[in-house]
Amino acid sequence: MKTENQKAWFFVLPVLVLVAFNALIPMMTVVNYSVQETFGDNLFFWEGLTWFEQILTSERFHAALGRQFLFTFLILVIEVPLGIAIALSMPRQGPWVPVCLVLMALPMLIPWNVVGAMWNIFALPDIGLLGYTLNHVLGINYDMTQDPLAAWVTIITMDVWHWTSLVVLLSYAGLVSIPDAYYQAAKIDGASNWSVFRYIQLPKMKNVLTIAILLRFMDSFNVYTEPFVLTGGGPGNSTTLLSIDLVKIALGQFDLGPAAAMSLIYFSITLFVSWLFYTLMTKDDLN
Amino acid sequence: MARITLKDLRHSYMPNPTGPDDYALKEVDVDWEDGGAYALLGPSGCGKSTLLNIISGLLEPSEGQILFDGQDVTALPPDQRNIAQVFQFPVIYDTMTVRQNLAFPLKNRGVAQDVIDRRIADIAEMLEVTDMLDRRAAGLSPDNKQKLSMGRGLVRDDVNVVMFDEPLTVIDPHLKWKLRSKLKELHHRVKATMIYVTHDQTEALTFADQVVVMQLGEVVQIGTPVELFERPGHTFVGHFIGSPGMNVLPAELRDGGAFFRDMNVAVEGAVTAQPGKGIEIGVRPEFVLLGETGIPAKVCRVSDVGRHLVVEAMAGDQKVAAITNGPAPIQGDTVHLQFQPNQTRVYADGWLATEKAAS
Repeated sequence: MKTENQKAWFFVLPVLVLVAFNALIPMMTVVNYSVQETFGDNLFFWEGLTWFEQILTSERFHAALGRQFLFTFLILVIEVPLGIAIALSMPRQGPWVPVCLVLMALPMLIPWNVVGAMWNIFALPDIGLLGYTLNHVLGINYDMTQDPLAAWVTIITMDVWHWTSLVVLLSYAGLVSIPDAYYQAAKIDGASNWSVFRYIQLPKMKNVLTIAILLRFMDSFNVYTEPFVLTGGGPGNSTTLLSIDLVKIALGQFDLGPAAAMSLIYFSITLFVSWLFYTLMTKDDLN
Repeated sequence: MARITLKDLRHSYMPNPTGPDDYALKEVDVDWEDGGAYALLGPSGCGKSTLLNIISGLLEPSEGQILFDGQDVTALPPDQRNIAQVFQFPVIYDTMTVRQNLAFPLKNRGVAQDVIDRRIADIAEMLEVTDMLDRRAAGLSPDNKQKLSMGRGLVRDDVNVVMFDEPLTVIDPHLKWKLRSKLKELHHRVKATMIYVTHDQTEALTFADQVVVMQLGEVVQIGTPVELFERPGHTFVGHFIGSPGMNVLPAELRDGGAFFRDMNVAVEGAVTAQPGKGIEIGVRPEFVLLGETGIPAKVCRVSDVGRHLVVEAMAGDQKVAAITNGPAPIQGDTVHLQFQPNQTRVYADGWLATEKAAS
């Protein structure tokens, strides 16, 4: 009797078709564009790696990439410690737990473009609540449509407002999974609060934090809607992040070749950094 | 090391306890000698972990006092009581090496590095973990992790008492025995007072010089393993310790004697209880003999447990267990049960109500 057959492939087939249809084929189209020049009418001319070279040596790309890294770095540096701190100060039991959890989850439920629009209106210098208060009540000169620094402060604050909750909820999940015995043992061992955090809470949160940081990295590195709605990449190009620049090249200038090359470079960077981070974070777990 | 006294301890998890049922711990009065090995034995929910947490200071009792060497420590936090506790699940600091784990309680107390090194070397040798000292603690096997959490308690030379809260729960059966003898050996070497909480009678009886049996928040008996086995102070002790447990049979007191199914049963000594409800006769299966005369009973089950046979027989509607070395009676046969008088006692409302035999 034959116990092995190839039938299993049929069960995988629907998934393969689906993935091919929504990911692989569009992706190959991008690859196709990235090595050719097109003038419409489906006329294509082979260009080789010209577009990649052009993008990699372009100052505009360097600047956008720099801004992108700065943005991601800043939000991670703020959101991760802040998220952990909030999670640590949340109650572990009692009637306030669900209240805290729901409050924390609320910002994440708001659609990205709504967040952008909300903050845009909120920050308008003369009519927005924040803008008006800063300018006319506190007397701080704040105009995100004119001042690059103000624009940066605003997009960073908006992202922190929108996404710190994700770090909070994941850290909190890690925290509540620590058995009481650990805290009791630490008390008996005479450990300080810092030691408890450093040697018990942080190691136990490591896995969820890895996921949180990874998610925040990918999301913030690819962020488009919120800063686009809030500042439109301005003033000037000061908040033009990679994705905003990409859309400008692809849809604004209709330079499909360079845009495709840039997409692939962009994708590779995201993938590489995520892989590097994940590998570094989990290499200790192997032994 | 210290002598531990628990004075009128009571504890309730409710803010305003009203009746005795609201107390997880009802009135505990115990005196533990310095350097002794004690076990707290009882089923889940009997209050033994509550008691342990009160001794370690993780919990403040609603009423009563805890004295270490006569000094009141009731209000002191755990780190100032100089105690060590080993939990049900091994608690180790994952990111540290074995050595750093052992050093942790000493470092926190500002002990000098050369003293730390010496203590670690001693303890590691005792626990047989010397070759693992520089390994990451997270990679250890469960039994070594549990040894390590014991080590963190033993490494301090100022501990008053080392407490074990069902420490062998997650250990494989074949290693349990090994770890238990290790514990016993450690107790002889470090001479610290040790309190071992468990619901496993074998663990309690092999580890401890004295066993405290608890039920429903009360201490029902304190005694050596032999005392608990031979003269249970409460039917619960008789039931809980021994395999199978003591036979507890409804009885009647009249005409100056105890009667089970209208047959007079000779008991160890004078009965101190008044005739009435709640009178029972307790006799361990080891002391029930199958003979030609005695209480008639129908054999309903015979199990061979290796060293001996356990015979279960129905005397009317009462099941009586007996241990015999054979020959095996046949299921369905009628046998006659005889209770060895010096091991048969009357209990009133669960409590022992028979005086010791005059010897």
